[in-house]
Amino acid sequence: MTRRICIDPVTRLEGHGRIELFLDDDGGLKRTLFQIPDFRGFEAFCVGRPAEEMPRITQKICGVCPTAHHIASVKALDALFGVEPPPAGRMIRELMHLAFILEDHLLHFFFLGGPDILAGPDAAPDQRNFWGVVRRLGREMIQKVLTVRRRVRELNALLSGSPLYPVCGLPGGVSLAVRPENRDAIAATCRDALDLVRDVQRLFDRYFLEDADYRRWIEDERFRVRTHAMGLVDPANRVQFYDGALRVVAPNGDETARFSADRYADYLEERVETWTYHKRLHLKSVGWRGLTDGPESGIYRVGALARLNAASGMTTPLAQAEFERLFEILGPGPIHNALAYHWARLVEMLHAAEEMKRLSEQPELTEPTVRRLPETLNPSGIGVCEAPRGTLIHHYEVDGDAMIRSVNLIVATQHNTAAIELTVDRAARAFIGEDGVSKEALSRIEMAYRAYDPCLACATH
Amino acid sequence: MSWKRLFKTRPKIALCWLSGCGGCEESVIDLAEELPDLPSEASVVFWPVALDFRVADLEALPDRAIAAVFINGAIRTEEHARMARLLRSKSRRVIAHGTCAHLGGVLGLANLTDVDTLLRTAFVQAPTVANPSETRPAAETLVDGETVTLTKLTPRLMALDQVIPVDHYLPGCPPTPDMMRKAITAAVAGTLPNMPVVMAEETALCRSCPRRNTRPEKIGIKRFRRLHEAMCDPERCFLDQGLVCLGPATRGGCAARCIAANMPCRGCFGGLGDDKEPGAAVLSLLAAMMGGENADDIRAAARSLADPAGLIYRYGLAAAQWTGSREK
Repeated sequence: MTRRICIDPVTRLEGHGRIELFLDDDGGLKRTLFQIPDFRGFEAFCVGRPAEEMPRITQKICGVCPTAHHIASVKALDALFGVEPPPAGRMIRELMHLAFILEDHLLHFFFLGGPDILAGPDAAPDQRNFWGVVRRLGREMIQKVLTVRRRVRELNALLSGSPLYPVCGLPGGVSLAVRPENRDAIAATCRDALDLVRDVQRLFDRYFLEDADYRRWIEDERFRVRTHAMGLVDPANRVQFYDGALRVVAPNGDETARFSADRYADYLEERVETWTYHKRLHLKSVGWRGLTDGPESGIYRVGALARLNAASGMTTPLAQAEFERLFEILGPGPIHNALAYHWARLVEMLHAAEEMKRLSEQPELTEPTVRRLPETLNPSGIGVCEAPRGTLIHHYEVDGDAMIRSVNLIVATQHNTAAIELTVDRAARAFIGEDGVSKEALSRIEMAYRAYDPCLACATH
Repeated sequence: MSWKRLFKTRPKIALCWLSGCGGCEESVIDLAEELPDLPSEASVVFWPVALDFRVADLEALPDRAIAAVFINGAIRTEEHARMARLLRSKSRRVIAHGTCAHLGGVLGLANLTDVDTLLRTAFVQAPTVANPSETRPAAETLVDGETVTLTKLTPRLMALDQVIPVDHYLPGCPPTPDMMRKAITAAVAGTLPNMPVVMAEETALCRSCPRRNTRPEKIGIKRFRRLHEAMCDPERCFLDQGLVCLGPATRGGCAARCIAANMPCRGCFGGLGDDKEPGAAVLSLLAAMMGGENADDIRAAARSLADPAGLIYRYGLAAAQWTGSREK
């Protein structure tokens, strides 16, 4: 007789999900299921819409990562209309994208997955949240976080219209230039953001690295899955967010593929399961071997940790130093423990803040020309960027009037679903095997998926 | 008064998402510096994005125990409808939070097609899908000898009040932080109005538009320009530039944030008054703006309007389509 335990809903992430645990007569785990009971059908209902409206429609896939959808979508329009933005237009897009990466990682650190460690792994369920973090870290620190995050979102409202849903993206650039009189305020926000991230770095040392449980778990087998990793890189293989080549490395770190995003369909394949609305992706060349890891399995990961694994370093000094520290302590070679995603996000927050500061100081930022009008129309366009949760691909086909004929979207968490299932299963086997179905075991199982910062509405769209 | 007693007297509030995107949750988190004080004002008993309460915790509450629930997202699955009914039974006031709950939102565009097409497109036709047997998500699947159920999509996407009675509406995709602050404060203080009300402005966006002084008396558009073709003037009324802007037929209260970014309105706050069919208002507005000397001119102007259905019903198709009676 199988006993079934259901965690419904999974919490402190974006979207709907539930975990089912099947237990045998002796209380041993037979199997886990990570189900996403939600689906909206964007790929179908975008058909017939004008192409130029897509950045404002597809961003509604996700209110947590709308800026990433807006950027991937407008880059697909650049390709479709064969037009590249002028320097200031591209700079504004990059600045808003990095500002978004930063504030979204802060959201995970203080509201979503971070409280699992920051409020204490065994904190009572009503304390394991943002308000538990407020109690543990104190009001002053949290007020600083909230103020800087609000100002970073206001910076994005200034650049793009709304702190939440940017609207400025058009093929060939953006709709609005940065006024010279706003430059000082923008630069001040970027400086203060960097200052805050250095505080977060100190918090990470104190509350994560000095936490005995976290230190133990980050290096043990229970949260570890050895998968391939994918992320955007520059020609020197350093992490990129706005543009670059997609690089895939094997579990041992060897490069197995490096390709331009418009060839994504040659490398990535999706499988359909009937018990959930999410599809499972895998690397086409390696193949699908079921829910298993290792070099023979085509399961790969994206997002913060995978980006670091797929790269050789960072482009900014503070982020590079933190990158080296992470691999020095947990490496060498790719890090496979899912709980290291928390640390990888810190590396990326440093990168985002450093780059924001650099961009805010560029003279071109306030140039009045932010857009070029298109002169051609191609039958299809593909856009890519790195969202906080991983690689995001928008692919549109249009008719001769630039009306959408077909859409394919490969969204960050969609790449990660198989790895998330695998990580949840591994943690469940380990912790239920040790403790039986205890509150602590269930909490560890939840830490396994939260480390990925999943966005389940995105994953099914 | 003991702390425990104080705890018990705080009003219970809840926040929940149905078919949505998490943006409305972000609009609450955008209250930023005010958030740490929320627990001293109210006891938040359910909020999946932020708190570890489960459906079972919600089910265990007495009926009408929650003072006010903010529900965002539309109804896309049978499970969303069940959750909406559960929240209704546990709550004294229900606030439809954001455009998807209010009018169906962008997701309502799915009602231009059918459920089979939605599923087929994603699970069979997508160029990256390897699915030769054309399987799709199913209501029941046997997994290791156990039946696993998966909620079914509803035949059409629905706004919240097509499934449960709603007391108040907070329009916007998303509502502004200022609207959220006022609504949460009223919910906690028990000062929500006694009648159904849309908690935003009662006048059109045009009235509060920073470009209102550049709107011409008479608009005679012979050909609507599309956004990719036009270099938009950052000061002048979009309609005067031949670009569709839904400001004249859209409820104000959004702080004209798209206009501020030099992009025209797409109507996320819905129509004015209690009009659930803003499409007709938009259409007559657009018709009145078409210029020309004769029927051919008008026909040409009408033809230049790209995707009229997806434009006038960008956010409100689900609400507009409703023909049945609402549940009491």
